[in-house]
Amino acid sequence: MNPSGKGSMSTISTSSARKAGELVPDFPAGLRVLVVDDDPTCLMILEKMLCTCLYEVTKCNRAETALSLLREKKNGFDIVISDVHMPDMDGFKLLEHIGLEMDLPVIMMSADDGKNVVMKGVTHGACDYLIKPVRIEALKNIWQHVVRKRKNEWKDLEQSGSAEEGDRQQKQSADEADYSSSANEGSWKNSKKRRDEDEDAEERDDTSALKKPRVVWSVDLHQQFVAAVNQLGIDKAVPKKILELMNVPGLTRENVASHLQKYRLYLRRLSGVSQHQGSLNNSFISTQDATFGSISSLNGIDLQTLAAASQHPAQSLATLQAAGLGRSTAKAGVPMSIVDQRNLFSFENPRLRFGEGQQQHMNSNKTMNLLHGIPTTMEPKQLVNLHQSTQSLGSLNMRVSATTPQSSPLIMQMAQSQPRGQMLSESIASHVPRLPTAMAQPNVANSVLGRDGIADVSRGSVYNQIPQTSPMLSFPGNQTTEVPINSFPLGSTPGISNITPKSNFQDEVTSGMKGSGGFAPSYDIFNELHQQKSNDWELQNVGLAYDASQHVNPLQGNIDVSPSVLVHQGFPSTQQAGQNREANSIGKAMYSLGEGMDQTNLQNIGQNLNTLLVDNSVRVKTERVPDASSQSNLFPEHYGQEDLLSAFLKQQEGMGPAESEFDFDGYSLDNIPV
Amino acid sequence: MEVGQMQRQWMDYTKSLFLEGYLDGQFLQLQQLQDDSNPDFVAEVVSLFFEDSERLLNDLTNALDQKCIDFKKADAHIHQLKGSSSSIGAERVKNCCIIFRSLCEEQNIDACIRCLQQVKQEYFLVKNKLETLFGMEQQIVAAGGSIPKMELSF
Repeated sequence: MNPSGKGSMSTISTSSARKAGELVPDFPAGLRVLVVDDDPTCLMILEKMLCTCLYEVTKCNRAETALSLLREKKNGFDIVISDVHMPDMDGFKLLEHIGLEMDLPVIMMSADDGKNVVMKGVTHGACDYLIKPVRIEALKNIWQHVVRKRKNEWKDLEQSGSAEEGDRQQKQSADEADYSSSANEGSWKNSKKRRDEDEDAEERDDTSALKKPRVVWSVDLHQQFVAAVNQLGIDKAVPKKILELMNVPGLTRENVASHLQKYRLYLRRLSGVSQHQGSLNNSFISTQDATFGSISSLNGIDLQTLAAASQHPAQSLATLQAAGLGRSTAKAGVPMSIVDQRNLFSFENPRLRFGEGQQQHMNSNKTMNLLHGIPTTMEPKQLVNLHQSTQSLGSLNMRVSATTPQSSPLIMQMAQSQPRGQMLSESIASHVPRLPTAMAQPNVANSVLGRDGIADVSRGSVYNQIPQTSPMLSFPGNQTTEVPINSFPLGSTPGISNITPKSNFQDEVTSGMKGSGGFAPSYDIFNELHQQKSNDWELQNVGLAYDASQHVNPLQGNIDVSPSVLVHQGFPSTQQAGQNREANSIGKAMYSLGEGMDQTNLQNIGQNLNTLLVDNSVRVKTERVPDASSQSNLFPEHYGQEDLLSAFLKQQEGMGPAESEFDFDGYSLDNIPV
Repeated sequence: MEVGQMQRQWMDYTKSLFLEGYLDGQFLQLQQLQDDSNPDFVAEVVSLFFEDSERLLNDLTNALDQKCIDFKKADAHIHQLKGSSSSIGAERVKNCCIIFRSLCEEQNIDACIRCLQQVKQEYFLVKNKLETLFGMEQQIVAAGGSIPKMELSF
């Protein structure tokens, strides 16, 4: 199955010339295998066996050597086989690294056949586990993992709802049918990672790899999914039944399966978050750094982190992913729990909650908490709404969080930035009054731009403004900008929950924004990868929108504004059209909104936003929007909006990095219909 | 002794090794990997195994000699020995390793020491057998014959 026509590859020897995703004509012969084992006897036997299978074998007896080999020769290998017990590095650690950095299928092997070890392999993302002694028959089939991975990527693409991205022609179904049949759920991570990486690499390398359509798990779709899962009961929810309940044409069982997997991880994360917070934070921060390298003006720190994060999406993704997947992330180590950090903020309570929520990877539960924590302006009812929306967001976030620490990182960011945010809040507060008039214009712009900016828009400009917007985000005083990114599941409620978090981090928010922006890059990556920019966009947009709204009316307009902004975004998104950075578009929309809006307009915008969100039903956003609108009081409640925004932003942030890992399909906001 | 006879002897000997449990199907796999382009493959792998195993056994002996035994380390060593012996097909050595591992988990020092002795014993036994087998192979080849392809039918 030669997905692309690049075909030239050909000989077994020219492995370096082969690009990722290309298969030699006489596949599986020539499959480039890297085998790592500290046992020389086994290594020799394996090498011989693999050669007999006509594979191109490279052996090394140390994990470090293997990693450097892999790094040196990007796309130089198709698959890796590694022993579990090695003296210099744990096999699972190596597995994580490979998954994160190169996204290659990895087969673990060991003389140990204990269930726990095998399970560990599975959870760490190994695509197979071989028990020693390895027979040649087992090795003869390892090519299936390579095929399957690619097939899943393709399949996702095909399933993608985003027409604009779907490269339907790339339908591999025919080819794929020849190969691995059942979706390998366990490989979704790999595929996703791989997809991200591939797309990333492709993008960077400008290779003409076939665009892989992705299933866009829009807010809407995700809500349907969650509804189906809840109906069946999380324990009984099997992909087949979920698929039936959802009754979405074009959705495959595999899509649902992989989504379910993420969802489950997300839920698990929610429950076991606290300990991860630190680590997540760290990873988050690091990713943030990567993403937001470009952002600088705002809080410097946040921005930078974000920028940095964006720059190394793969890394961040890896981190996030690792975190998400439960691997040990390099980064970990958040010094202070978000909660602590939150305490730093004046509006602490809400924030704390959100922060935690975020930490939790946007547990839906958390989001709920977040809702509670939402600044006073939010009314209980709205909070409830938020809850619900956040729930959905949460679920969406799940995706993100499930994927990994991404959300946490976001939270972390938020938490971290909180301190800063606080300061910002103060400054913001001063700005706030301005906001109403300016309609967060600068804010919006900032926030939006921040988002987008980070992503690809004028980062600098945007960010500069962001400080102003910060107020928006932080929403004077109360905004518990904590809106956990988590809470911002993706669309609907994001505003609510996200907003808050966002605001808290004025600095952070900006970072959030940046994050968004920064994420944008990551999102972009996602987008590209997933072609579901909508997710990103949505998140970003929402966040931005909300941010803007927040500024505009400390209480009211913000949301309104946002919507409109978003609306604009949605529509203008087309401007960005090719970019999945919906966020960008949103930012733009917001920007435009900001400029022209006044309070009333904002209100309208708010409505529009809702509409927009609704429109984006395809994307995650839409889901939210309806919620938002239904809960429209949320919006009116500024907080709701703001929270949503912040949550959204946060989410964006969180999602950004996570996205990359998780193959943020569907969650992107990309479809804010214009 | 003429080649045919040597070959038959070789085959009988090989079969006995399988029947007595010194070797298992994995060894057969190794033999099948050997071909004209790689005529000494099995011998090479086995000598690698010998080297590695002796090193491991030494490490194990040292580990158990300590005042304060590091069972984790010992377990790691034995795990590796288990892996390589199973890859070679040295069944009895592998089985001993499995027992050793569980004793290590129990941290039963005396039993571990005794078991280590057993592992060493089994190891030297199979080493002896294999060296005899290779000696036979060399003789066959020196006499102009070729090593028959083993096919276990029992």
